[in-house]
Amino acid sequence: MKWETVIGLEVHTQLATKSKIFSGSSTAFGAAPNTQASAVDIALPGVLPVLNKGAVECAIKFGLAIGATLNRVNVFDRKNYFYPDLPKGYQISQLAKPIVEGGALRIQVGDSEKVVHLTRAHLEEDAGKSLHEDFHGMTGIDLNRAGTPLLEIVSEPEMRSSAEAVAYARALHTLVTWIGICDGNMQEGSFRVDANVSVRPAGQKEFGTRREIKNLNSFRFLQQAIDYEVRWQIETLEDGGRIEQATVLFDPDRGETRMMRSKEEAHDYRYFPDPDLLPVRLDEPWIEAVRAALPELPEAMRARFISDYSATPEQASIATSSLAFAKYFESAALHAADVDSELVGKIVNRMFSPEEKELAAGFIARDVARARIKLTCNWLTGELLAWLNKAETAIENCPIPSRSLAQLAIRIEDGTLSGKLAKQVFEGLWEGAGEVDAIIEARGLKQMSDSGELEKIVDEVLAANPKSVEEFRAGKDKAFNALVGQVMKASRGKANPAQVNDLLKTKLQ
Amino acid sequence: MSLTQDDVKRIARLARIETSDAEALATQAQLNSIFGLIATMQAVDTRGIAPMAHAQEVYQRLREDAVTETDRHAAFQAVAPAVENGLYLVPKVIE
Repeated sequence: MKWETVIGLEVHTQLATKSKIFSGSSTAFGAAPNTQASAVDIALPGVLPVLNKGAVECAIKFGLAIGATLNRVNVFDRKNYFYPDLPKGYQISQLAKPIVEGGALRIQVGDSEKVVHLTRAHLEEDAGKSLHEDFHGMTGIDLNRAGTPLLEIVSEPEMRSSAEAVAYARALHTLVTWIGICDGNMQEGSFRVDANVSVRPAGQKEFGTRREIKNLNSFRFLQQAIDYEVRWQIETLEDGGRIEQATVLFDPDRGETRMMRSKEEAHDYRYFPDPDLLPVRLDEPWIEAVRAALPELPEAMRARFISDYSATPEQASIATSSLAFAKYFESAALHAADVDSELVGKIVNRMFSPEEKELAAGFIARDVARARIKLTCNWLTGELLAWLNKAETAIENCPIPSRSLAQLAIRIEDGTLSGKLAKQVFEGLWEGAGEVDAIIEARGLKQMSDSGELEKIVDEVLAANPKSVEEFRAGKDKAFNALVGQVMKASRGKANPAQVNDLLKTKLQ
Repeated sequence: MSLTQDDVKRIARLARIETSDAEALATQAQLNSIFGLIATMQAVDTRGIAPMAHAQEVYQRLREDAVTETDRHAAFQAVAPAVENGLYLVPKVIE
């Protein structure tokens, strides 16, 4: 039987506020246990929550960025359950009237695009941390995280493969960091994913019974957990078994999901509106001010990179994978596009009659700029990205300034550097050996443009390889390539391969 | 609506309150009289009236996002039954 996978994601994003959602405690990560837990956070009797404006503003930003409905009046509820890292005995969350409803996110899976709709996003407080080891049979509780603001973002069950789920999670991660509402640090738990997974026979309308995989903190685990879960569900059904609704955990060491609790044990949370908090009202001037301060969003920028800079869809996706990367790309492209009039003048003087010069100048400047931008784009999404990945570093710490990458593209475009030589210059840039032209000069990497010098080398090679010349004349094409290789070697890689080809052909005729 | 003995036991379990059968019976009667009051109110025709989350037509005041609390864990932990390395210790709970 053919099966279809159905996935919906719930993502908890920790909001990048200075203080907690209902108290003035710091949210900084890594402090000594319980040093950032105030009377409100540890739920001493008689305390009252006071809502953080910054947290509400983060939710507004998110709602605007995904084109959602912002509930002008939204309400906090109590979600009741007992656990030692939840000192009040309830979590303050939003159930019936969340701050954000609807909206959508465009994702890219391979060559195809897809729109994933969101159900809702609501504000809530995080719980503390339980440490189960090393306390002679007791559990240690750290409440520093208790009360940290979260935005829980819930998607519709519209994803049909682990690849789509990962693409959605990545797009969401890019967006929340892009608009600055979350630091996106997955190791520190700032972006945690729960995946609801079910399978159904292809063509069936009703959803199958779902199991929820909790707390996935990397994109790789998300993919592995879903792949395992889908295989397990299909095998269970094909063996005649049934899927019980359940919550499961993913064990990355064994690559398996295992049951945490079944539906029978599921909590009855007895939600009700929190009497300690009044309904929250969002007024229009506030919403409009937030809208005005939003940066250009990744989707719009991606479209612009394709149209303005002729980036391929894939390159544009890479270039907009983070705001820092996009800024770097745009800065490099603008530097590359800055074609000086002196250069244009030189080309125009060479090629056009006086009356055509003025007209031609505009075209040439645009052509040169386009070629340079294309090269910049290729080097950014190719070599630079590969080096960043190899060094396991982000674009923010890139040792090559965007201006230098543009300069490298300029020197390739004007024929100073071949691709091979450019790689050597790139290495120099990465090592911090200075500006592009200085590296070319210092390391003697200039492509040979003097045709007299090249002709001399070609003559020498021809004289030294009479056998290859004979073979070529006898019709062996391979011999020609051997001669090209010899010339390149003699020029120590600095000859222009196209020029070598032309010159050899002329000489051998 | 009226509650059964099972309902009362279930609510008690959710609230982590230990109840004897006698207490559960007494509680059942008390809770059902409260439900009687609610039933009276529910007889009112509320069609066309938007549900309210709060009794007053006022909205939440917001606090600026600033750190105003200082570290007072020593004072808080002075009254905790068990503490180690700054952590509160509780009986082991693993789900």
